[in-house]
Amino acid sequence: MTRVALPVRLRLPALSARTRRRVTIPVAAAVVVWLLLYPWLYTSYLSNTLTQWLPDTSTAFVILAFTVMGLGLNFVVGYAGLLDLGYVAFFASGSYVAGWLASQQFAGVTISLGGTAAKGTPGIHITPWLVILAAALFSAVLGVLIGIPTLRLRGDYLAIVTLGFGEIIPQFVNNGDNIAGHNITNGSFGMTGIDGLGFGNRLHSVFSFLPANFLNEIDSRWYYWTALALVAITIATSILLRDSRLGRAWVAIREDEDAAGAMGIPLMRTKTMAYLIGAFFGGAAGALITLQASATSPDAFVLQISIFVLSMVILGGMGNVWGVLVGGLVLAYVNYKGLYAIGNTFNSTFGTNVQVPEYANLIYGAAIVLFMLVRPEGLIPSARRRSELHEEEEEEREAEAAAHGEIGGTPA
Amino acid sequence: MGTSARTATGSAARPVLALVPRLRGRVVSSLGVLLLLVVVFWLVENAVQNFDQFLLVTLNGVTNGSIYALVAIGYTLVYGILELINFAHGDVFSWGAMVSSTVALSWLGAKGGEAGFALFGSLVLTAVCAAAFCATLNMTVERIAYRPLRNAPRLAPLITAIGMSFVLSNLIAVFYGFDYVSTNPILPQGAIFHIGNQPYGWDKLIVLLVTFPALIGMTFVVQRTRWGKAMRATAQNRDAARLMGIDVDRAISFAFGLGGALAGIGGFVYLIYFTNARFDLGFRIGLFAFTAAVLGGIGNIAGAAIGGYLIGFIENYNSGLTWHALGPSWTESLVFILLILILVFRPHGLLGESLSTRS
Repeated sequence: MTRVALPVRLRLPALSARTRRRVTIPVAAAVVVWLLLYPWLYTSYLSNTLTQWLPDTSTAFVILAFTVMGLGLNFVVGYAGLLDLGYVAFFASGSYVAGWLASQQFAGVTISLGGTAAKGTPGIHITPWLVILAAALFSAVLGVLIGIPTLRLRGDYLAIVTLGFGEIIPQFVNNGDNIAGHNITNGSFGMTGIDGLGFGNRLHSVFSFLPANFLNEIDSRWYYWTALALVAITIATSILLRDSRLGRAWVAIREDEDAAGAMGIPLMRTKTMAYLIGAFFGGAAGALITLQASATSPDAFVLQISIFVLSMVILGGMGNVWGVLVGGLVLAYVNYKGLYAIGNTFNSTFGTNVQVPEYANLIYGAAIVLFMLVRPEGLIPSARRRSELHEEEEEEREAEAAAHGEIGGTPA
Repeated sequence: MGTSARTATGSAARPVLALVPRLRGRVVSSLGVLLLLVVVFWLVENAVQNFDQFLLVTLNGVTNGSIYALVAIGYTLVYGILELINFAHGDVFSWGAMVSSTVALSWLGAKGGEAGFALFGSLVLTAVCAAAFCATLNMTVERIAYRPLRNAPRLAPLITAIGMSFVLSNLIAVFYGFDYVSTNPILPQGAIFHIGNQPYGWDKLIVLLVTFPALIGMTFVVQRTRWGKAMRATAQNRDAARLMGIDVDRAISFAFGLGGALAGIGGFVYLIYFTNARFDLGFRIGLFAFTAAVLGGIGNIAGAAIGGYLIGFIENYNSGLTWHALGPSWTESLVFILLILILVFRPHGLLGESLSTRS
């Protein structure tokens, strides 16, 4: 009996995996093509009823940029299991680096290095591609600086300390117009007139097919594609790291920190790496959003953003890249388009005037609670995470099975 | 070759390395003493330069500290028993302020200027309503969001706590709107007596008149009643308490109720003193109060009260003193940096844990 039953049980998942692949690959290909062509589809091919529910290209850009943040936070919360409630700090740092390196904030100097501003504009103007990289690196350094003193703390203390940093950094930029007499952040006014994406005049004069800057409305496509590329890079990094030595070390720490330490995993270094990488992508996304918005202000960096990004990770499925990708896209869509669309439809149907988007935070809060209670592994869970979260039930089931004599003893 | 080199340097470096933790401890503690001396000097210098201002700021510190103490005890009770940071506690406090405004304004129609017995009665009724409401609210939060996750990984209830915090604060916005809700100054105006040159009015006095009995009553309940004993037993060892016949779920529920009632009283006092409140009030007060609880040693009730007063002083000295203070725009950063420093260098706070003996 056992000899017959065992191969059947082994074959079944293999079969389903193959069929799953048969479905997944075409669907994934269709999604990628749809995402790549979305700017054209939106303007030319989609009907009005659809476009009422779909974001325009600039909004789609913001959705993608926030998805990058969700994927970045997934390194910290999903992979390493460190609850970070102050992720907005890295959004802020990336944003302000973009302001420093691509605006007239430091008008005392005139430095241009492939910047997209007109020739001779005062201030520092670095090519936006490098600005994004610099913002990411700066945020990564900040992540390490925050991590070194705090990562030794227990999980719940770490959560509250990150929450504190999420408040300190916006307060710092708010008060940063007078740090020992220097105006570093322009205070509560924030920075305006930040350069956009582009290849700069010098490159444009050599290679005319590379636009100097993307200032037309049509050019929001370029922002969209840049964000899409950043999403792709983040996903690739997630997958590569997940299957690496570092990724396995993160999982080990998440499951049992003491055991991981006893097995020789350097706890501090491994946890700091999670912070570093998470902060890197948060900073990159923050810089990209700032380059598109062309302004930054301390009012933007509130706790709500940290929680918003955290709910992407939880809803999607902590630790699963594809889950967080879906969670990020869905929640960012809901935040930047869906709630308005729902509100408009609701109000026009019932003749009311409910400001649905105002209650976004109520919805996120309720969603977080509901998901943690009903489906803590998220929409698309990682198998490993699910087993961790349902450890108790599994043990119960096993105990029950053992009590009924189902394990070991097979009927002859 | 590499191995031998490593062992050689390792054995040579070991005596030096062994010194590092001790050296580090000494450096940290002497830095701490130095910092304390600087702070004391700064306070004395401020007091000498402008004593009236110093006195005013100190009195304000006592008043604000009372409110933080009331809220901090809720954090410490829950942490002592469940090892959970109840992020929603600050928003329970804001609900206390909001319910107080409804009871005082709409039900009792307090406009200010009522005298004597009527005023006293309506104040007591308002405080009782706020306390009862917040106790129920906090117990409901525990029932909905924390109890089902009692055996889940530690991160899970922490995440629902932050979710509940958002739900509660935004529910205030649903019922009361996003703007400030303000009341008339209900208490008699003017000074009752003077301390130095500073007038001391009813608005400040009532904070103390409410806080001290509440703290004493709470201590009595925790130390002297069967319920308090059950709660302390549960905090010490949940399984052992269960074996002794204690209903652990009810003991935990009771801790949430007690903390919620104190937060409700805190909300009432806040509204009476500041005469306005807003839906997101609880976030800042909650974080300050949590810092206070950690400062005093989380799990320690007396520590939470002391920490509350310390935070009240820190806040007001920083924003009110004139000689070399950072000013109000840095207060939050200062408090959070203090929180981080305590957690990193002295995670057991000033008094250590006493409600729960676990490390």
